[in-house]
Amino acid sequence: MSLTVLKPGLLATVQDLGRYGYQKYGVAVGGAMDEPAARVANWLVGNEDAEAVLELTLTGTELRVDQDMWLAVCGGDMGARTDAGEVVPLWRPVWIAEGTILSFRHYQSGCRTYVAIAGGLEANVSMGSRSTYLRGAIGGLDGRTLGTGDRLEIRQRGREALAIDKLEVSSSGRLKWPLWHAGGFAVAPREVHTVRLMQGEHQNLLTAEALRNLYHEVFRIGPSSDRMGYRLQSERKLKFGEQASELITEPVVHGTIQLPPDGNPIVLLADRQTTGGYPRIGQVASVDIPVFAQLKPGDRIRFYSVTPIESERLKLESELDMNQLRTIIALKLHHKT
Amino acid sequence: MNQSLNDSFLPLGDSSVLIRKGTTIDKGTHRWIMSVMQLLEAQRFDGMIECVPAFASIAVHYDPLVVWRSRSLQEKGHASVYETVCKRLEQCLSLLSEKEDNRLPERVVTIPVCYGGDYGPDLQEVAEHCGLSAEEVVSLHTSGSYSVYMIGFAPGFPYLGGMPPSIAAPRHKTPRIVIPAGSVGIAGAQTGVYPLATPGGWQLIGRTPLPLFRPDQQIPSLLEAGDHVRFEAISEQQYKEWEGAEQL
Repeated sequence: MSLTVLKPGLLATVQDLGRYGYQKYGVAVGGAMDEPAARVANWLVGNEDAEAVLELTLTGTELRVDQDMWLAVCGGDMGARTDAGEVVPLWRPVWIAEGTILSFRHYQSGCRTYVAIAGGLEANVSMGSRSTYLRGAIGGLDGRTLGTGDRLEIRQRGREALAIDKLEVSSSGRLKWPLWHAGGFAVAPREVHTVRLMQGEHQNLLTAEALRNLYHEVFRIGPSSDRMGYRLQSERKLKFGEQASELITEPVVHGTIQLPPDGNPIVLLADRQTTGGYPRIGQVASVDIPVFAQLKPGDRIRFYSVTPIESERLKLESELDMNQLRTIIALKLHHKT
Repeated sequence: MNQSLNDSFLPLGDSSVLIRKGTTIDKGTHRWIMSVMQLLEAQRFDGMIECVPAFASIAVHYDPLVVWRSRSLQEKGHASVYETVCKRLEQCLSLLSEKEDNRLPERVVTIPVCYGGDYGPDLQEVAEHCGLSAEEVVSLHTSGSYSVYMIGFAPGFPYLGGMPPSIAAPRHKTPRIVIPAGSVGIAGAQTGVYPLATPGGWQLIGRTPLPLFRPDQQIPSLLEAGDHVRFEAISEQQYKEWEGAEQL
């Protein structure tokens, strides 16, 4: 069982839920930028949370399905279609016939799309994870991005996800899918996204005006944003008051917002470093970190203040919601409905 | 959140606690951090993911849902998972003995370095800056006994303390686009070794054939926080032999 990469597109890597336990050696956590999307994609094809999936960026990917298989496409909508021009529905199990070519070239929304295959993807395991970490050249396909001609093998025999005779069928007969879907978990596109922010320890070093601006300015995602971090730009740069004394390097986490001297904040994401020396002016609520995964350069956000207790509650609630969704999907697959 | 909690605990987002012991870089603090790391890793609580040490602080990463589900009857009275984690950490830290030093013996790692030439293109510049000869810089650099305070910035990158101040030299104003892996550099009063090829502004005085980042091994970093390091000068011939042996 395999998929062949005909065109990798802008940036395509193999990711799972990240590499934990090695930050003390300076190794980044990595993993899917939009973790809920990757998890849901796996559930939809009967996989465990941590199976490796494909993370595609914005546009241009083309894959050939070498055998009949079940897959699920979740996250950003890159307009997945078959070579017969049929739209591949998102957020549900989809059966695809051998020989079909899937292209992701009709960009609709978001920034990152996840493709999970029943049985999971074969990839290099490094430090307990299949996630590609490009800087360290580990995980995934020899630690690199996908290239033309790569064959992605399926790790184990996937389950027959649903009873095939009860599904919707495309006119070519090459695609089959159920009417139900799990798209309620998609990050809905908005003109200006609101991101909930906890106070960072060094927020008190900002001038009064900069502190006001942090919560009132509209920030634009800068062009050099990547899996390590998003660079934010605003009309009025954020400034520190009295010369902030040199800080010593301390640990950082997903969602830490650092403010370097140029006044443009950096939001640290999946491939972030493990420690940092810049002042930390805020901390994005865990539940809103996937929002960044689906923002692209030029998109806009505004920050809204929450306390760590509120943020923790949001996280617990969202995890409980996710567990419910997982149970429902598992029941659907169990009864093959 | 709660005044009664130890002042040295801070929330770092909604899924980590920062334990802090001051804001200075010194050996005493470093020893305390290493003792706490050893204790935390031996006394893992339900939901703890991993601990990451720095100069004077440790981040304890946890999964809020796992902690929430593992709460005892008493812990269910806490206002938040954060409070539960802080209480668990307090209890763990109370096992830290002030007098006894139970830490594991420290390792001394010798790092062979080929100084100068193509391997250390800035050796001469550093020497001139410090008013020394190149040989004197090498002799001072190899005479130091260095402590690995922490690993960070890149996989396997050691933050080393203990460089003789007489060979301190400022960074380049314009960083190099690529510094080869293994480069040994000086930046201000710090010295370090680049595990991966990266851009950087450090003054490069030499290079080691020893890989610092070893992703295929159980411990992926040659050095760990708490280790001691000595540099040893080797010739270009020895460098090449060593490099050849590492590739086998």
